[in-house]
Amino acid sequence: MKDHLGRPVVAVTGIGVITSLGVGKKDNWDALTSGRSGIHPITRFPTDHLNTRICGTVDFLETSSKGASPLTYDMAETAAREAIGESGLSSDDFGGPLFLASPPVELDWADRFSLYAAGKNGSAADRVLEIARDLKTLDIFETAQFGSIADRLADTLGTRGLPITLSTACASGATAIQLGVEAIRRGECDRALSIGADGSVTAEALIRFSLLSALSTQNDVPEKASKPFSRDRDGFVIAEGAAALVLESLESAIARGATVLGILRGCGERADDFHRTRSKPDGSPAIAAVRAALSDAGLSENEIGYVNAHGTSTPENDKMEHLSLSTVFGERIRKIPVSSNKSMIGHTLSAAGAVEAAFSLMTMREGVLPPTINYDNPDPAIELDVVPNVKRSADVSTVLSNSFGFGGQNTCLVLAREPV
Amino acid sequence: MSPNDVLITGIGLVSALGEGVDAHWQKLTADRPQPVTDAERFAPYVVHPLPAIDWGLQIAKRGDQRQMETWQRLGTYAAGLALDDAAIKDEALCATMDMVVAAGGGERDEAVDSGILEASAARNDRGVLLNEKLTTDLRPTLFLAQLSNLLAGNISIVHKVTGSSRTFMGEEGAGVAAVETAAARIRSGQSSHMLVGGAFQTEHHDMLLGYELAGYLHRSPWAPVWQRQGAEGGGLISGSGAAFLVLESREHAEKRGRKAYAQLGTVFSDRIRRQKDDLASGIAALAARAGVADKPMLAISGASGAHAATAAEKQAFDATSGVSLRGFSSIVGHLKEAQFPFAVALAALAVHNRAAYPVFDAEVEKPFDGETGSVLATAVGYHQFEGMARVVAAD
Repeated sequence: MKDHLGRPVVAVTGIGVITSLGVGKKDNWDALTSGRSGIHPITRFPTDHLNTRICGTVDFLETSSKGASPLTYDMAETAAREAIGESGLSSDDFGGPLFLASPPVELDWADRFSLYAAGKNGSAADRVLEIARDLKTLDIFETAQFGSIADRLADTLGTRGLPITLSTACASGATAIQLGVEAIRRGECDRALSIGADGSVTAEALIRFSLLSALSTQNDVPEKASKPFSRDRDGFVIAEGAAALVLESLESAIARGATVLGILRGCGERADDFHRTRSKPDGSPAIAAVRAALSDAGLSENEIGYVNAHGTSTPENDKMEHLSLSTVFGERIRKIPVSSNKSMIGHTLSAAGAVEAAFSLMTMREGVLPPTINYDNPDPAIELDVVPNVKRSADVSTVLSNSFGFGGQNTCLVLAREPV
Repeated sequence: MSPNDVLITGIGLVSALGEGVDAHWQKLTADRPQPVTDAERFAPYVVHPLPAIDWGLQIAKRGDQRQMETWQRLGTYAAGLALDDAAIKDEALCATMDMVVAAGGGERDEAVDSGILEASAARNDRGVLLNEKLTTDLRPTLFLAQLSNLLAGNISIVHKVTGSSRTFMGEEGAGVAAVETAAARIRSGQSSHMLVGGAFQTEHHDMLLGYELAGYLHRSPWAPVWQRQGAEGGGLISGSGAAFLVLESREHAEKRGRKAYAQLGTVFSDRIRRQKDDLASGIAALAARAGVADKPMLAISGASGAHAATAAEKQAFDATSGVSLRGFSSIVGHLKEAQFPFAVALAALAVHNRAAYPVFDAEVEKPFDGETGSVLATAVGYHQFEGMARVVAAD
């Protein structure tokens, strides 16, 4: 029940997931293992003047057209309910802390337009403020408060204490899990709910990434655009989704007879001080993050059976990720399967680390590696077994899941099938 | 005493009063501490503006300064003050230092936004208008200058703090959780030294709008936080400012021969269900958990002035005869994510200097002539989330 450092072992007893491939583990897993892409043309907003016209948004919920905050909340709750349901714990009195990775919020343009249109006096900013202060409901206010989504989730799900909303950019989902693991290891709680959710694909969000040249512009065949580790990769595909994990001390999970779905064995992180969007050329921070996760897990490089890559399909990330992995694992990296879920679901940003941790756990349980699709022109500089195009059966007992983000964020998780 | 006690060994402060520990201590212990306000620029709102800052003192490269909007510069600057104060700007020490930053979002480009709003009056195709304007008018790197986790990112780049980097979001609650998590990491032996804090730059219409979408801002002449009930508006006057703390385990601080300002006790945080439960009772219960009893104690209060939350906090502490409140937002304004770190910093200074602050509001606050070996810091959110901690003498 204790790990190699005498800390409580942390089990996963519930998993929930939602992406452009569908709601719930079954639909997602079926699509993921059949190599189906969720990437499609943008229909949520006009694409005039945009270089990128494809995305992996979640368009099939009632909140899909209601703005970033309502959609992010909806997906977070949906994933959380699936996870808590599977764990057998109470979904309105969860009884542990909440760690939510979600996108930074901003007032939606639709609301900005309507406030402006209702105002009469002064500058644009003054008009908006004048109407804002007399609004009769808190609906708009809450979409622009950073703590609101977690507050509502805490209320609905009955989590304990002050909920934490966090951002480590594209590593956020992994950080949410890490915070839950740490809280259990410190003995602060027996269980924690970690969620990554991101429903923030708006025109402005897309344009911001576009201006940084981060997005693929291969619009013609949307499902082919995300091609991690390929020679002709040209950027990531912006996407949405959510995943939730119920984390529990192994002792508590066993005591109540819960099914243990996997073990959160180690977490590692390291900040990069090189540049706001680029990694240090020698890859040392990402390398240090992988090594820190292995060391935290008490495993050697030889004991990792599969890597769930960050694999964004940007020229920079995939090159640097390969450099980091080949540095840590040496020659053996050619023999370790490394696949990228983002080839099918795109980059779910704040949710990615959580979504991919969920898929990593399912990979071990099902004994099936999801493929990296669209792998038609391998990048000759990246020699990896990317599980090209077709799923593969494999007996995997340990997975490394990588997450890297703007702002020098590097967070890695080591997940295991069994406690020992 | 334990080797994993959480000591405060460095403090970086910026507010309308100025910058640094000494400036704040001197101005806040003057006979009658005076607020610095600007009632003109954002009328009808009063703000406590930033002081003049020579950014180059903490952010040496002009290129780095240009990559940040004021909020990120402010936080990076205050973080540098804290690191200097703790004499910990050492390559090896910063490379193993963990960081938790409480952050909101950065400043949007107001000219671009106004241009879009003004053009929207004559257009029905607002979606196309947005694409047209945003693709051409937005500065490409502005996104990074706004992104919540890029305050921490800039601290890594400028000050080389790279052990780990986490950003918590969510107004005052983010500041509470950041300090709570940082302290818990040290207490459990997970970290030996940490940088924790936040910054808020209120001098931007969107930052005021964040409060005003629920009518929280005070729209009358300045008054102390406790005396805004019934005045026009919602009672909150915001300020620009930042607070960063260097927290260290006792063992780590002693090994490098550093004296601490004070020791940080357990942080108690909560999410009182304000719609259902009585806020004042909840605050009283939290204070009891934090060790407040019927004996004399100085309390550095993060009360925002927002009517309901501020009245509830006052009611809760009025019932505890020994507590003397010091509502520092009367003087520097509400600093949002930085509110709790700022309260903890002021509490640490009172412990360190073995002296209390005079009343910041002569009509409501009670003079205090007791011991300051144990001082309370509070942050009751203007809308949600609460936190408290006791700061005590380090030895």
